[in-house]
Amino acid sequence: MIANPRILTDGMVARIESLASRYPTKQALTLPALHIVHDELRHVPLEAVVEIANLLDLAPAEVQDTLTFYQFFYQEKPHGKVRAFVCRSISCALRGGEQVLDHLCKKAGINPGETTSDGTITIEAAECLGACDFAPCMLAGSDLHKDLTHEKADAFLESVRRQNG
Amino acid sequence: MKSFHTFRPVLLEAAGIEDGFSIESYRSRGGYAPLEKLLVEKKPAEVVELVKSSGLRGRGGAGFMTGLKWTFLPKDHPGPIYLCVNADESEPGTFNNRILMEDDPHQVLEGIIISAYATRASTAYIYLRYEYPKSWDALQKAIDEAYEAGLLGDNIHGSGFSLNIYLHRGAAAYICGEETGLIESLEGKRAWPRIKPPFPAIEGAFRKPTVVNNIETMACVAQIARRGIEWFQSIGIPADPNNPRDPGSYGPKLYCLSGHVEKPGCYEAPLGITARELIEHFGDGVWKGRRAKAVIPGGISMGLMTEDELDTPLDFAGPGTVGCLGLGTAAVVVIDDTVSIVDFLHNSCRFFAHESCGQCTPCREGTSWSLRMLERIRAGKGRLRDLDLLTEIGDTMGMMPGSTICGLADGAAWPIKNSITKFRNEFEDYIKQTNPTGYMETDPVPALPIVTTH
Ligand SMILES: Cc1cc2nc3c(=O)[nH]c(=O)nc-3n(C[C@H](O)[C@H](O)[C@H](O)COP(=O)(O)O)c2cc1C
Ligand code: SF4
Ligand code: FES
Repeated sequence: MIANPRILTDGMVARIESLASRYPTKQALTLPALHIVHDELRHVPLEAVVEIANLLDLAPAEVQDTLTFYQFFYQEKPHGKVRAFVCRSISCALRGGEQVLDHLCKKAGINPGETTSDGTITIEAAECLGACDFAPCMLAGSDLHKDLTHEKADAFLESVRRQNG
Repeated sequence: MKSFHTFRPVLLEAAGIEDGFSIESYRSRGGYAPLEKLLVEKKPAEVVELVKSSGLRGRGGAGFMTGLKWTFLPKDHPGPIYLCVNADESEPGTFNNRILMEDDPHQVLEGIIISAYATRASTAYIYLRYEYPKSWDALQKAIDEAYEAGLLGDNIHGSGFSLNIYLHRGAAAYICGEETGLIESLEGKRAWPRIKPPFPAIEGAFRKPTVVNNIETMACVAQIARRGIEWFQSIGIPADPNNPRDPGSYGPKLYCLSGHVEKPGCYEAPLGITARELIEHFGDGVWKGRRAKAVIPGGISMGLMTEDELDTPLDFAGPGTVGCLGLGTAAVVVIDDTVSIVDFLHNSCRFFAHESCGQCTPCREGTSWSLRMLERIRAGKGRLRDLDLLTEIGDTMGMMPGSTICGLADGAAWPIKNSITKFRNEFEDYIKQTNPTGYMETDPVPALPIVTTH
């Protein structure tokens, strides 16, 4: 057990430990643990990395090495309350995906990869989301937004602002 | 060979059926009975033999013989043996695994249980990409149902065979689809592919014998168990009798059709349908009544077919005969004649520069260098010489020249080489028109700062 965990809550630790019997090594819990923390905090601060390492009998550097390999995980500060991935890969690009990304970012007043100053939304360029049949598309939370147009993008931003403003 | 006109979908049978994803629906269509029969009647080695003699080739991109791969596992190994099911599906253009998992998860599970029985694996991990939350929920629900029905867990139906299936979530990295990158990622590390040999069958996940198979491959195993080898071999393109190294292209295949078509979608057809047939019969033609300029036959790594190559059969051997890397994932992306091939190649180079894991110098440097060159060409500072340089980079990175650890570099190199060969005039015209004073330059010119990569 960790001495005085500060970032990981009892709930998080319990969830991580409940997965332990699935894997023959503790290290295999690294990605699940990172996801559990990231899901709740929207980032995994370095203190949490140290705590995960203690929990899994690893060097903090091992956990940090894994975390930094996957650009998916935020560290210094959390991503926005909503995180939107806009696909820029080939099938979406052929149907205007990059223009939708530009439009969305302009409307939100940020560049791709940034979070609005009020912390409501982060917009990121993504590679193929595996939904090319609905190109151009976007994944926000667990919602897939299909066949995007600039109008649909506007409506999406509106609803994000309304719900989180 | 069954024609696509009379062919009835099998893998996609559940699509459109209400509650097709439930265990009741799957059972009512004949599902799980083959597994239950097989657990009683067949030994694991006989199941390996069944899949081997069906001629099933892996659907994940490489087309390796599934049954043959299983025979590479050590005999009489004390265990554990692992089955890793590859649901990382990240090759641009590809989405058939998503549809299988969401519409008919039990078909996938039955295939996994049969494959685990054959390979004597007692744990199966499904490595699922982060971007598929719906697939996650559908699979987890199906797994819970299967446990409840005694189809998973200890001593399944009193057969002595036990299996647990766990979902493992990825974190948005293409390289986790490469089988040894997947294994490293599963182990909790950065997804750096391993040098092979040793192959996973000998030393894989947690240093134990491991089989890695694609989701669609698993669905095919379930259908082979249900319908038999004769049925499977009645579909597709038979082995070439004059070529002892051609194992044929048997069975149904899920083709993902996207890009500039009227009706994008995932369509099931016998292996060997042509791109033109797919576009016209299933896709309702090129969108807006335009003409196709080029078509990707199986994910962006495969390169391009030109309009006059569209009658090439999309079996495992076909795309290679027209200079493509292979059938890949059978993800067919249509590019209409308003698109600049320079923009296509830029998109491809940007993808691979972003996704290279950075472990091998030729891949790390080659992918980012080619992207920087394409950025510069698109900014009107291209030189004709860049086309030779790009080709040279393409020729020097990959497993095929022997300079890298995994196949990502070959997939990055292929579209470069292939599109410059097939569309050289268009590249030259573009460079001359956009850089009328500098296109003959041969001295190095500085790269532009890249602002769009990450
Ligand atoms: C860069 C790269 C990415 C890959 N991505 C995937 C993938 O997303 N899904 C997949 O099934 N196979 C992928 N593969 C192929 C796997 O390495 C492996 O061959 C496959 O999962 C084996 O399954 P199969 O024999 O059933 O096709 C990839 C290969 C490479 C080189
Ligand atoms: S070829 Fe590229 S992606 Fe593959 S291991 Fe080497 S650097 Fe990584
Ligand atoms: S290219 Fe955008 S989802 Fe596949």
